[in-house]
Amino acid sequence: MSSADVGRTISRIAHQIIEKTALDGTDAPRVVLLGIPTRGVTLADRLAAKIREFCGVEVGHGALDITLYRDDLMRQPPRPLESTSIPAGGIDDALVILVDDVLYAGRSVRAALDALRDQGRPRIVQLAVLVDRGHRELPVRADYVGKNVPTARGESVHVLLAEHDGRDAVVITR
Amino acid sequence: MTARHLLAAGDLTRDEATAILDDADRFAQALLGREVKKLPTLRGRTVITMFYENSTRTRVSFEVAGKWMSADVVNVSASGSSVNKGESLRDTALTLRAAGADALIIRHPSSGAAHLLAEWTAAEEAGPSVINAGDGTHEHPTQALLDALTLRQRLGGIEGRRVVIVGDIVHSRVARSNVQLLATLGAEVVLVAPPTLLPVGVADWPVTVSYDFDAELPAADAVLMLRVQAERMTGGFFPSAREYSVRYGLSEKRQAMLADDAVVLHPGPMLRGMEIASSVADSSQSAVLQQVSNGVHVRMAVLFHLLVGNESAGSEDLT
Repeated sequence: MSSADVGRTISRIAHQIIEKTALDGTDAPRVVLLGIPTRGVTLADRLAAKIREFCGVEVGHGALDITLYRDDLMRQPPRPLESTSIPAGGIDDALVILVDDVLYAGRSVRAALDALRDQGRPRIVQLAVLVDRGHRELPVRADYVGKNVPTARGESVHVLLAEHDGRDAVVITR
Repeated sequence: MTARHLLAAGDLTRDEATAILDDADRFAQALLGREVKKLPTLRGRTVITMFYENSTRTRVSFEVAGKWMSADVVNVSASGSSVNKGESLRDTALTLRAAGADALIIRHPSSGAAHLLAEWTAAEEAGPSVINAGDGTHEHPTQALLDALTLRQRLGGIEGRRVVIVGDIVHSRVARSNVQLLATLGAEVVLVAPPTLLPVGVADWPVTVSYDFDAELPAADAVLMLRVQAERMTGGFFPSAREYSVRYGLSEKRQAMLADDAVVLHPGPMLRGMEIASSVADSSQSAVLQQVSNGVHVRMAVLFHLLVGNESAGSEDLT
C-alpha cells in the first residue's frame, strides 16, 4: 500500500466508525479509541483527528500497553514496557475501539481485552485494524478493517507510519 | 537484561540499569489509580524470600512486587525455619530449589552469600534466579536502583549530578551499590565520613572523598544519608554519638545550606536525631517515602526482567 492508500484507508475507517457508532447523532455513545503500542497508538491519534475533521466530534484517544498481559511472556526475552494512557473519564460504560496496525494471530487482541478488563468495564469493545493478514489462532474478528491482505505465514507485514518511519506504507517481506 | 541473577549493582550496564528504571516508571504508571493492583505477568512463578537479617522495607516491597504481578511469594526467615535447627544455607537453598522456587531473594549478614547461593543452586540450563537483597557489608543492588529512580524523578536526570553520600560508608552495602550504579549512570559521587568509617581501598573507587560535610552541601544535587550500623560495629569508630551527630548529621542548619531543589535520601531505617534531624526527614526536600514506593516498582521491574522469557528461544513474534 502506498502513502496515499494508507491515508485513504484511515479516512475510510474514520467514516465507518462515525457511521457504525452514530457518533454525530443526538444520543451518541462516548467513544474512546485505544491504540496498542506502538503503531496502533499513532493510528488511534490519526483516527481521532479524522473523526474531528469529518463530524466535529472530539473522541477520547489513548494507549493501552499489553506487554504485561501477553501469553508468550515466558518464551520471549522481556520487552520494554510501553506507556498506557487512558483518556480522562476512563472507559467505564464507554464504547472502546481497540486500534492496532496488523491483525494476525489475534493474541495481541486477547491480551488487550485482558488489559482492558483491569482498567474498567466498557459497554462495548470493538476492534479496528489497518491490515488483516489472516492466520487467526483465536476466535477474534475486527469490526473495522483497512485492508485484507492474504499472506503466507513465512511473510512479515510491516506497517510504516510517517511518525515512526518517515513515510506511510504497508510492506510485505519474506 | 541477559543475566539470570542480580547479585551486584556493578554487574549492570548502563543500558540494563536504564531499562530497569524505565520499566519501574511504567509499572508505577500501569498501577496508578487502579482499583485492583494485580497484573497477570508472573502467574505460576514462585518467588521465595530468604531473610536472615531483619528487614521491613526490602522484604515487604519484594513481597508486594511479586504479589502485584501474581507470582506466588513465600517468605522464609531465619527464625521459624529449619535454620534454627542448624541447617546450613546451602541445604536450605537446595531445599527451596527442590520445592520449585523460580527466584530466591536473599538477605544475609555475610558478604558474598548471594553469590554462593547462585553457584550452589545453578543447575544445567536452569536453577532459580538469585536476587541479592543485601549481603553483609557488600551489596544491595535493588536499593541502589530505587535510589537512582528517585533521583531521576526528582532531579530529571542522573548524568553529571553531584550526589553526596554521608556516614557509615565502611559498613554500608547501600553505599557500595550506590557508588557502582551512580558511576555507571554518570553521576559524580562524593563520600563524606569520618576516616574511621571509610573502607580500605576507597581511593580506587570512582568517587571523591571529603571529611568536611559543610563544604560539600552547597554544590550537592542530592544528599544520601546512611544509617550508623551499630550492630556491625565492634570497635570504637567515633568518640560519641553526639559528636558524630554534630559533625556528620543532617541538621536543620545544614539543610539550609543545600540548594532549594536538592534532594535528601535515606535508605531507612532512620535514626532520627543521629544521622538525620527529625524535621529534615519529614521536610518536603526528603524523598524517604518516595524511595519506599519506588522500591516496589523497581523490584517489580527486576522480577520482570529476571523471570520473564528465557524459557525457550525462537518462538515467532505474535501479532
